[in-house]
Amino acid sequence: MDFDLTDEQRMLSDSIRRLVADAYDDFEKRKTYRAQPRGYADANWQKFAEMGLLGLPFSEDDGGFGGGPVETMLVCEQFGRGLVVEPYLATVVLGGGLLKRAGSAEQRAELIPAIAEGSLTLAFAHQERQARHDLFDIATTATRNADGYVLNGAKGVVLHGDSADRLIVSARTAGARRDRDGISLFLLDPATAGVIRRGYATQDGLRAAEVVLENVSVPASALLGAEGAALPLIEQVVDEAQAAICAEALGAMEVLRDLTVDYLKQRTQFGQPIGNFQALQHRAADMLVASEQARSMAMYAAMMVQEADPAARRVALSAAKALVAKNADQLGKDAIQLHGGIAVTEEYKAGHYFKRLTMLAGLFGDVDHHLRVVVAAGGLPEAA
Amino acid sequence: MDLRYTPDEIAFRDDLRKFFRSEIPLPIRRKVSEGRALARDDYVTSQRILHAKGLATPNWPVQWGGQDWTPVQRYIYVEELQAAAVPQPLGFNVNMVGPVIATFGSEAQKQRFLPSTANLDIWWAQGFSEPGAGSDLASLKTTARREGEEFIVNGQKTWTTLGQYADWIFCLVRTDSTVKKQAGISFILIDMKTPGITLRPIITIDGGHEVNEVFFDEVRVPAENLVGELNKGWDYAKFLLSNERIGIARIGMTKERLARVKRLAQETPAGEGMVWDDPDFRRRLAWSEIELKALEITQMRVVAAQRGKASDKPDPSSSILKIKGSEIQQASTQLLVDVAGPYAMPRPDRDEEGLNLPSVGPDWADAAAPLFFNYRKVSIYGGSNEIQRNIIAKAFLGL
Repeated sequence: MDFDLTDEQRMLSDSIRRLVADAYDDFEKRKTYRAQPRGYADANWQKFAEMGLLGLPFSEDDGGFGGGPVETMLVCEQFGRGLVVEPYLATVVLGGGLLKRAGSAEQRAELIPAIAEGSLTLAFAHQERQARHDLFDIATTATRNADGYVLNGAKGVVLHGDSADRLIVSARTAGARRDRDGISLFLLDPATAGVIRRGYATQDGLRAAEVVLENVSVPASALLGAEGAALPLIEQVVDEAQAAICAEALGAMEVLRDLTVDYLKQRTQFGQPIGNFQALQHRAADMLVASEQARSMAMYAAMMVQEADPAARRVALSAAKALVAKNADQLGKDAIQLHGGIAVTEEYKAGHYFKRLTMLAGLFGDVDHHLRVVVAAGGLPEAA
Repeated sequence: MDLRYTPDEIAFRDDLRKFFRSEIPLPIRRKVSEGRALARDDYVTSQRILHAKGLATPNWPVQWGGQDWTPVQRYIYVEELQAAAVPQPLGFNVNMVGPVIATFGSEAQKQRFLPSTANLDIWWAQGFSEPGAGSDLASLKTTARREGEEFIVNGQKTWTTLGQYADWIFCLVRTDSTVKKQAGISFILIDMKTPGITLRPIITIDGGHEVNEVFFDEVRVPAENLVGELNKGWDYAKFLLSNERIGIARIGMTKERLARVKRLAQETPAGEGMVWDDPDFRRRLAWSEIELKALEITQMRVVAAQRGKASDKPDPSSSILKIKGSEIQQASTQLLVDVAGPYAMPRPDRDEEGLNLPSVGPDWADAAAPLFFNYRKVSIYGGSNEIQRNIIAKAFLGL
């Protein structure tokens, strides 16, 4: 049993904290990043590359740094603290997670060094409107022909799908819409004929896209991993994303909590700081309880995402996500209420943290969904 | 970061697990598991078995029967003890008065009290709360005035848990009423057989006799029974209350109870299936399990942070453990009532020991509601959850 970070991990965490603090110290800067063509700052992305964050989870043989889930947790926690808008989750955690496991030697050699140096981004075009949170519910088809495959279908809320240099698209090569078997992954250049992207801002200040595929022809070499067998891999990578989301939410929760406590000390009403009032003190105390419990579950997520048994892993990650999402929601609402009117203004930070927490809570399944996963499994797995 | 135990820790855990399950009599463990009242002898039997193996007072100084364990080993000990439904060694002896005497007592007090306290030859009660001093404990009014080589004690203590079994009581008494309230309190040991002491039972809403009132009327206590310095009692009390950080959340016990809830839900009929088949019930059970898992890791973090550090400073974690631990304990007893369903209702007669006679429904069901009623106490005692929030707000958030 060990909750300590190694010296390397501590250094990593400290240097990301400094980097994020520097790039995001003034909240106005975030607005200027969002106004750039890709919806984020290329300069920040380059800094992440220079620090090695973009190659972090890839193996050293592929040109990465061999980091694991704990390293990803440390990165995402700091990104959560800064409300970072760059596409780390989309490119490195989701796209990179799929690529490093399913990619052929050629695919990895072509893409991973480019990702690591910051010259190529990915997006995972998986979500479909009817599927809601069921990862296996895929209607998009990939039909085999002499040259390769033809893709048809529609993908929704593809994180950073508007700016990504490559899409990883899930599509059926076999089976019916809700079958677990028959799902395949394809690497797709969004400039390919028949790919229609409609980008938009998300409520929390990031970017996403609707992606329509109309008779999109891809060569056989675009297939990522074994044909028809992608679901277990998708589930694993989405679990890794959940662990990252838990860490990001944790970082945002802690900043929002501290911001609220500071405000309680500064804001004067009835001739005294409002933090003197016990009704508010107790809600602030509950915010600490909520964030500490979330920290424990973010750590649990980072540790259990390495679990070898996929069933146990999925239940553990759902448990972690359910708790973090519930606490994030509670803490976010408390933060707004304790601040009062200032927190519902566009110019003040708190509301932006609340919005990000709300979106993270629902990403890849809301509380009800993840609770259903735990219920269906009959409870939590017992640790060894 | 790694959740797993080392091979040495696993071996340590397995040894304890085997010992607890093979050496502590099953009837006693069953009562604990079902949340029924234990008889005095149950506590004594269990603690003596533990003590013979050095497992009753692991947190004491080694020379007085403690163990030189790591924080992780201490944590495993508490978890396994609770998971095996072994009665906890009497807290008043082991976690409260024992460490106070060992730390602040005279050599004569150590010799006289520590061995018999560890073996439960002396049963201690706690004399802290008073009718007018609950959460505001320092406002206590029981007085001890010095007359020659004796203190004369007058006043009333209340919520004296298991005082009906007690041989001795350790009390906070006011020895100076002219100074700030915390500065005039002393810590004194009183033989319950001393003339002038009257004990009156308080029957709680579960029908149990667990707590008492204790009245002191001109009770003469030898001055040598004062622990440490005069008027330093508040410091000793704070030391005592900070001593129970590991185990305050009773995670092992709640885990055991939730496993039982699960098992009973799977075998309790409900219409065409079992209680277990009700998704709403399962959802509530799942929440308790998830909250408990988070708390278990919070507790492990506290344990890990203690490694290699002296830990007499309170930290926010102990308040968090208290708040969440009590909430989950209460939720788990409510789930048990829900599984019992209609058979949570019958209230069987009690025999003179206060133990339930055979129940009219399933043999576990009659204990469910009393346990639920009884467990309202856990968010009140040991510093109510509202006091814990005050502590978090003031000490850790700086409000």
